[in-house]
Amino acid sequence: MTERMTDVALPPVLTLRDLTVHRGAAKILDRVNLSLGQGETLALVGESGAGKSTIAVAIMRLLGNAKIDGTIELAGEGDLLALTERQMVKLRGQRLSMIFQDAGAALNPSYTVGRQLSTTLRRIQGLSKDAARERAVELFTSVGINDPEGRMSAFPHQLSGGMQQRVMVAIALAGSPDLLLADEPTSALDVTIQAQIVRLILTLTRERGASCIFVLHDLALASQSCDRIAVLYAGQVVESGPAHDVLEHHRHPYTQQLKSCVLEIGTKTLTAPEGTVPSHAQMPPGCRFSTRCPRALPRCAGEAPPLVPVRSTAAGPLDHHIACWNPE
Amino acid sequence: MTLPPQAPNAPPVQPIFELIEVEQVFEVPKPGRPLFSRDTVGLRALDGVRLSIRKGTSLAIVGESGSGKSTLLRVLLGLDKPSGGRALYRGKPIGEARAQGTDFARDVAMVYQDARGSLDPRMTIGAILAEPLRHFNIVPPEGEAQRIAHLLDRVGLPVDAAERFPSGLSGGQVRRVAIARALASEPSVLVADEAVSGLDVSTQAQLLTLLQSLQRDMGLTLAFITHDLGVASYLCEEIAIMYLGRIVETGPTDAVLNAPAHPYSAALRAAAPQFFEPLSEPLPGEIPSPLDLPKGCRFSTRCPVAQSDCQSKDPQLGKLGSGRAVACIHPITQA
Ligand SMILES: Nc1ncnc2c1ncn2[C@@H]1O[C@H](COP(=O)(O)OP(=O)(O)OP(=O)(O)O)[C@@H](O)[C@H]1O
Ligand SMILES: Nc1ncnc2c1ncn2[C@@H]1O[C@H](COP(=O)(O)OP(=O)(O)OP(=O)(O)O)[C@@H](O)[C@H]1O
Ligand code: SF4
Ligand code: SF4
Ligand SMILES: [Mg+2]
Ligand SMILES: [Mg+2]
Repeated sequence: MTERMTDVALPPVLTLRDLTVHRGAAKILDRVNLSLGQGETLALVGESGAGKSTIAVAIMRLLGNAKIDGTIELAGEGDLLALTERQMVKLRGQRLSMIFQDAGAALNPSYTVGRQLSTTLRRIQGLSKDAARERAVELFTSVGINDPEGRMSAFPHQLSGGMQQRVMVAIALAGSPDLLLADEPTSALDVTIQAQIVRLILTLTRERGASCIFVLHDLALASQSCDRIAVLYAGQVVESGPAHDVLEHHRHPYTQQLKSCVLEIGTKTLTAPEGTVPSHAQMPPGCRFSTRCPRALPRCAGEAPPLVPVRSTAAGPLDHHIACWNPE
Repeated sequence: MTLPPQAPNAPPVQPIFELIEVEQVFEVPKPGRPLFSRDTVGLRALDGVRLSIRKGTSLAIVGESGSGKSTLLRVLLGLDKPSGGRALYRGKPIGEARAQGTDFARDVAMVYQDARGSLDPRMTIGAILAEPLRHFNIVPPEGEAQRIAHLLDRVGLPVDAAERFPSGLSGGQVRRVAIARALASEPSVLVADEAVSGLDVSTQAQLLTLLQSLQRDMGLTLAFITHDLGVASYLCEEIAIMYLGRIVETGPTDAVLNAPAHPYSAALRAAAPQFFEPLSEPLPGEIPSPLDLPKGCRFSTRCPVAQSDCQSKDPQLGKLGSGRAVACIHPITQA
């Protein structure tokens, strides 16, 4: 495996500043600020429609005709939103790559998985046909596919969901990206297979010193696999910081609510929160959680709270952020 | 854990459902057969399933994809006749009970995983709920509207939901409608296939607290397929863990999850996400094909504690005491 020479030695690898995305009248991301250091793993958590996939797809610059404001800085490349599509094509797969939620749909049903991986290798690494094939077998081995030679000629439907997801991991890592985006890579899989895939992604990205953004909906899994966590609600980051601070010393009422809904083995009491996320047409202009928040103040619905640093413990670091007028 | 108030202290009563050595074999195209050949082989989706479901209990059925959970539910509902063994409802073969008229259909209600797909998009929610009320003569026509309002209220939907169509409701609301429809016939048994999976945690919490209160207040018997051990532990008194067409361990949920006796149960337990615990060492490999069952114990290809005799003997579900049973030659014993 060849070491990538990065000309930028200093973290962070990725910084999002005031990333805002509109689809029609709906503001589906609202001033998202996040950063990710080299070798770090960040979990994006939050409920359906919160904008987790939108963030990942925006970083890949694959959002189509949505209106995007703000900046997406990738170390060494500057603002991705300022690059041409041609420049982006070169980055995708090489510096950034993405594992999509539904591996079955992301793979092309009419080509063998070996051919799909070799094609990627030839495109991004400029390998010859034979060299690509050899490298593909190596990659299949490294993602734990038994009989990698034999599986090269398998079509996607001949593989189980877990095996398809391994193929996706191999394709995503083909160009040794320094940032991997994994959008719910395991939610369609069984728990034992899920554990295999999460471990696999972590081991491989750590080996390569790569950074990783995991879209997850399981907070416990996020705590086990990620250094940092960003909690999203209706397109806004409401709390972010080191995993331990966010999950154990959370200050935002929504993080508290999410956490209280987690069922661990042995949980016998559960208090269900009221209500649902408002539609975009009915979104309050201020704090988007204000329609459901037990701590809401009169100002909350009208004035959007900024994301500001907080100390979760007296001596704690200042990289824990919340957006709330009345934190816990 | 404490038993719920309605726990019977009377002598054992007839279970609602009893499965004795149930087998379900599907004829499927033989792998690798020539294009137009009709060769088939038998796929053993259920293979020697023994299970009894007591009145008023809540049972979680868990296991990897393809382990036979949905096939088992179809047998319980009488939708498929098992190809072997006996499947009884209150002591009578399920097929017979079902054929004898409306009692079975009224008493045993189902909540499907694909709630939206199970509701007719051209009918209003009110019309969807009225159907079982009329079919089973639950209320006289003049009481229908009031009963529908009551059902909607029971599942936490606003009364005006009756005028809406399924397309006007969110995923969580549609699942509530499916539960309301299942409750309309006043069943004593509710069977649910992944009724809360894929939902947001807050919606899931809303539905689980609802199901728990229904189960407790109405004394419903609940059979609940889930792959989430946290859900099983919260909602269900008992658990049945399936692997490749067989129940490999059953018993009170807390006892089984706190001290699993079957190595597969232990692996499932270890793979369940837990706050700040190191990620578990995953089980090697994938679930084998039911067309090519391993020799001897069917878990032996992945079992971390397999011994030499595991490939020669096929362990059957045997009693372990305290209501527990396990199918393993070398069960884990807790020190
Ligand atoms: N192609 C699209 N056109 C219009 N709106 C869209 C489109 N894709 C997403 N949205 C909207 O953008 C918002 C954010 O969606 P996104 O898919 O990013 O959420 P998510 O957090 O990934 O949710 P999930 O957990 O369900 O995957 C939602 O309100 C969604 O309805
Ligand atoms: N009608 C059928 N014809 C042929 N094979 C079937 C049929 N129904 C189920 N099977 C097979 O039987 C086995 C058990 O399937 P089943 O759907 O019961 O599993 P499951 O535990 O419900 O899985 P999942 O968690 O994916 O829903 C699988 O191998 C499946 O492919
Ligand atoms: S800003 Fe107000 S409404 Fe929003 S989370 Fe904080 S207290 Fe609640
Ligand atoms: S019988 Fe043997 S292989 Fe099977 S589960 Fe028990 S120890 Fe493992
Ligand atoms: Mg998404
Ligand atoms: Mg199923």
